Parts: sequence; structure tokens; C-alpha cells
Amino acid sequence: MTRLVIKGGRLVDPSVNIDGLFNIYIMGGRVGTIKPADRDTTELVEGAPGLEVIDATGLLVAPGMIDAHTHLREPGFEYKETIKTGTQAASAGGFTSVLCMANTNPVNDNESVTRYILDKAKAEGTASVHPIGAVTVGQKGERLTEFGELKAAGCVALSDDGVPITDGTVMRRALEYSKIFGMPVVSHAEDPRLAGAGVMNEGAVSTRLGLKGIPNAAEDAMVARDLSLAELTGGRLHIAHVSTKGAVELIRSAKARGVNVTAEATPHHLTLTDEAVSGYSTFTKMNPPLRAQEDVDALRAGLKDGTIDCIATDHAPQSTIEKDIEFDKASNGIVGLETAFSLAYGLVEDGILTLHDIIRALTINPSKAFSLNKGSLRVGSQADIAIIDLSKTWTVDPKKLKSKSKNTPYAAKTLKGVVVKTVVNGIVVYDGAK
Amino acid sequence: MKLKRKDLLGIEELDRSEIEQILSTAESFKEVSAREIKKVPTLRGKTVINLFYEPSTRTRTSFEIAAKRMSADAVNISVSTSSVTKGETLKDTAKNLEAMRPDCIVVRHSSSGTPQMLSKYVACSVVNAGDGAHEHPSQALLDMLTVKEKKGRIEGLKISIIGDITHSRVARSNIYGFTKLGAEVTVCGPPTMIPPGIEKLGCSVTTDMNDAIRGADVVMMLRIQMERQKESLFPSVREYSRLYGLDDARLNGAKNDVIILHPGPINRGVEISSEVADGPYSLILDQVTNGVAVRMAIFYMLLGGTREESHK
Repeated sequence: MTRLVIKGGRLVDPSVNIDGLFNIYIMGGRVGTIKPADRDTTELVEGAPGLEVIDATGLLVAPGMIDAHTHLREPGFEYKETIKTGTQAASAGGFTSVLCMANTNPVNDNESVTRYILDKAKAEGTASVHPIGAVTVGQKGERLTEFGELKAAGCVALSDDGVPITDGTVMRRALEYSKIFGMPVVSHAEDPRLAGAGVMNEGAVSTRLGLKGIPNAAEDAMVARDLSLAELTGGRLHIAHVSTKGAVELIRSAKARGVNVTAEATPHHLTLTDEAVSGYSTFTKMNPPLRAQEDVDALRAGLKDGTIDCIATDHAPQSTIEKDIEFDKASNGIVGLETAFSLAYGLVEDGILTLHDIIRALTINPSKAFSLNKGSLRVGSQADIAIIDLSKTWTVDPKKLKSKSKNTPYAAKTLKGVVVKTVVNGIVVYDGAK
Repeated sequence: MKLKRKDLLGIEELDRSEIEQILSTAESFKEVSAREIKKVPTLRGKTVINLFYEPSTRTRTSFEIAAKRMSADAVNISVSTSSVTKGETLKDTAKNLEAMRPDCIVVRHSSSGTPQMLSKYVACSVVNAGDGAHEHPSQALLDMLTVKEKKGRIEGLKISIIGDITHSRVARSNIYGFTKLGAEVTVCGPPTMIPPGIEKLGCSVTTDMNDAIRGADVVMMLRIQMERQKESLFPSVREYSRLYGLDDARLNGAKNDVIILHPGPINRGVEISSEVADGPYSLILDQVTNGVAVRMAIFYMLLGGTREESHK
């Protein structure tokens, strides 16, 4: 049995409120013991067969991060991303688990697609893959999928992400019916009629650029509807990629009333405003769009006070075919797995959030929201670990991204926080030195 | 005189002196069009490609005539952008055109930002002939030239732009241009056609047409797109015309020396009555005449012989 020891790193695990220097002993893919580094008298026989020692002195050691919102694009769009390249991108970003959205081709609306994804992930993946099944057949917003079958096949949640569920009754039934299985329904909260032909945030910038805007109300109105339905049904609701101040306020007050809701925000919505669209780079086009500074501020405050539970990437690989064209014709989305931690850590450096805030939002919170029983490093837990050098910077070079697609608005940006190693099930799946 | 830039993408990026230089150059070129032989050899051997992804008669013809009067070779390409005729990408088209070594590509496209994109792909000059709802710099320049000619100045004038501001690239370019030259610009239209934050471009806003006309030195009417009715931007052409159409009765509230502009093509009886369009205050055809001179100036200042490089 292989053993892995991670020595002398600063273990930060918000799930058990730990922050200190510890040695972590891993055996058989699980955490064996965790000992304070200064009182650990264990003598390791260096070079012993099956023993690997990682010196993490000066490095951050955290539970492996969990991305609640990834598009792996397989099956169907392998030219954008595959399960192999997508999970490699996850590993390079310190993510040990990803929840992949159902808008593949075919749509993940039945067990055969779910099993295909899981089989592929097992064979080729470097991170744990947790599929999210579609809420409705073909994501058409009409007939519910067989939640029971999807759950049995391995889906952890349900979502028509990418396509809003416009029929309120369908959403109501989904929230009710999913209660049998305790599966969250993840809402892509957008009123498509209000969003119309919009291609960016509606405001002074869209006016200046002459691009059609998407008003905040397109999100606020749908978040309000979904919160009402969650309240009505007692169903388990998760709001994907929150981007507006209004949505943050609605979720905050719903949580105060006891509505069973969780929410996520993306690193890009936490760090960029619609000003980034000036210059018409299609790498600044996503849905929901980059919003105004007051929205960014509201998202940050929401993370701080727990209104927003998770930082999730909405990693959305697009090839040059979809992106190297006119702005209003380009597809939405950016890749996010490999920049997520550093962008979040930038908020720590700027004094907006604490290290514990961001790690919580990247580990234990998504684990709880999706009942994954991960995101924590205790004796006996699965040894999914990210080792990060917080003192180092790196410059984003799209060519060097592991993701098959290179659609990032952060090219040439220098970010702080470098993922050194990523461990899944006690095995090093990413080594930044290699 | 040559512009210190490769491209003319919008008025937003120009400074006051550049605008003034273009206008004075255009003034000097007006004389060419009045000659019996309307041609100067200035741009002989230069190639201009008019790449139009949107239908246009006036603008395309104006650019073509301007190029020809400067002795440049002008080639027109009209491309349909409808989704059924999915052809090559803009980038591929641009690269292919560039391989034929043109000196300038004049582009019109329904997508805002397209000239910016194109200018990154090609080494030759790019002139924006109208991109989506973003900018239409040559139109604003010809409007400024027309006003300057008639009024003798632009500084201190009150300009009212009336109509569908949201979808108007003409409005945006004119807001930038006239305010940079010291005029006061007011935009007017129904609230459904006033985009958020337009005042940040430097204009004031009113939804009352009488307000917009009172005291204005220049009233610029914008063409209303009939299909906007379907988007609930106005309930009917009849009501739009009653509230925001310019006719003689409305003009009573205007200054005695008001001038009326319209970028064309006009919808007679909708945003502007025939009496006004054909009346004594209208400079609509002067605009068209000036369009040629302005575009000659643009070509000259981007491609002309007295390049700054040659003085180095």
C-alpha cells in the first residue's frame, strides 16, 4: 500500500477550523493521521518502498477544491474540451472534484450518458467527476427527467444550466420531485425574454459600445421566482453564477426566512466589471454577463457574510470557431479552472476576503451544498489535497493552459498563488514542477 | 497632413484637433467636386476596398466616389450576413482581402466592434463606415462640416438629436464629435429608445420634443426603423410621428435660423414631414454633398502622399 506524507505545510481547513503547521499521513487514499509539525516525532525512512514524502514547508495545504460548476463538453463537443483535458485543467487549478453540467450532446438526461461520463472519468480523468443531470428531457424545459435513475447512475444534482427553465410549473415540480432524492436543483436564473438579444450587461458601457444589454432584472426576476418556488415546495435550490446585487439581496433575505437555498459566484464575476468588454474581446462575453462595480461589491459582501456559499468557475471552454468572430455572434463563456484559486486569492491579497473565506467557498461549502462528503481533511477522509505556494506569482499564458480551449480574459495577467501539487485519493495527479 | 493613426474607427478616440484637421481638409476638397473634371491624382495607385456587410446606397456610393475622385482604385464587396448564408468568417475574409494588398478597407457591419476587430487582423487602414449601434464616424464628420459651413462655427451651438438613440450609431458619433468641438448636445426620444447612461457620453437627455427643439441651433432627426414596433419600443408609427415627428407646427417652436439634418434615408411623414425635409431649413442634401468631401479627406489623411513617415 502506497503511503504519502505531506510535511510541514500550513494546513488550512475551514471545515474543522484548523490553521497551523501539520504533517499529514495518507495511506490507501485516505487521511491516516494529522500531527502538529512541531510535535511530530515520527521517523520516516526516506526512500522506503511505497513511501512518498512531500516537503510542504512554506506552502499552503488545503482540502482539494471542488468546482460546483464545470462544463467538460464531453460527450459531443470534444473539440472544445474532453473529460481528460478538463480534469487535467481542474488538477492544475487545485480542484480535485468537479461537478459537470448536463448540456452535452447528447444531453445528460439519462443514465447511459451519466455512465458514459463516469466511465470516461474513471479511465482518463485526473479529478473526481460528479455529473449533474438535466432537469428536463433534452433541456427543453418541458418533461422532467427520471431523477431516480440519474441519481442511481451517479448524478449529484439536477440542472438545465445554459437554458433557463421558463415554465414556472416545471421548475416547481422539479423542486418538489427532487425532494425524494435530496438532490439540489441548480437554477440558471435568467428570464430569456428580458435578456432578449443582449450580449453584455445593460448599462453605460453597453450604451457606449453600442452592444445590446442584458438588464440585471433578467436575473433578479428569475431568482425571485425560484426562491418563491423553493419556499413553496421546501425543495432544495442552488442558484448558479449569481451576478447581480439584486440577486444577492434576494438570496440573503430568503436565507434569513429559512429557504433551503445555496448559491455560487464565479471568479470572473467577483473580479471583473463590464468595463472589461471595452475593446470587444469575445473572451469577456459570458452569461450572465460581467456586471457593474456595485454588483461585484455585492457579490464579495455576499461571500463574506455567507449569502453566497461557493466560488464556482462556470468553466466554459469554447474554441476559436465560437470566439474568433464578431462580438454579438460569439458564444458565451470562458475557461476558469486554472485561474480560479489565484483570482480568489487576489481578493485575499486586496483585503476583501480572508484565506479561510475563499477556501471555505471552494471546499467544504460546495461539498455540503451537494452532499459530497468531501472538502475536509480529517482522519479517515478521502485524501484530496491542494498544495499551493501563496508567495509566488504566475503570468497567465493561454498556450500553457491544460484546458483544450484558451478562452480566458486573463491572458498576460500576473496572479498570485501558484498550485504546486494536487493530490486525489492520495495520489499526486498534478505536479507543477513537471 | 496625415492622421497619427492607422485607422478611423470612431469619433470617440479622436481629439479636437484631429477632427478640426479633417474638417478643414474636407473643406479644401469640396472644390474638386465642383470642377468640370472632378478628379485629382493624389491617391493614384492606392486601392480601397468597400466591404459592406449591410445594405447601403448612400454611404457606399459616397465612399466609392470619394476614392475615385482621389484617383484611388475602389472595389466594392457586398456580403450578406444572414445566418442562412454562413460563409467564411470575418477574419478569413479580412486575411484574404489583405493578401491582395489593399491600402484601405472601408467596412460596414451590423455587429458593433467589427472594425476594431478587423483593424487587428489587417495591416492596412480600416475606416468604419458604420458598425452596429456603435459609431459612424464619417457621418458625424459630414454633419459637423455641414453645420460649420452654415453656422460658421460649432463652439457654443445647441444640437438636438431626436429619435431612436438606442440603436443609432449616428447619434453616438455625433454626441462625441459635437461635444468635442464645444457644442451642447441634447438627445431626445421616447424612454424606450434612450439607452441607459447615454449622458455619460457628454449629452443631456429629454423625452419632450418641444424641449429639444426650443433654442436648438441644429435639429438632427434620426430614421425610425419600422420593425422596432415589434419590440414594443413604440406602439404605432402614428403615435411615434405625433410625439416625435418633425413638421412645420413643431418647427414653430424653433429658432428662426434653425437647421435641420437627417442622415437618411428619410421616412417621409414619419420622423420628418415632407414640408420640413424639402423646406428652407433642411440641409439634408448638403449633408450628402459634404459626405463626399469628408470621405476624400479621410482617405487623404490616412493614405495620403505627405505621410509623416516619409518626413522621417
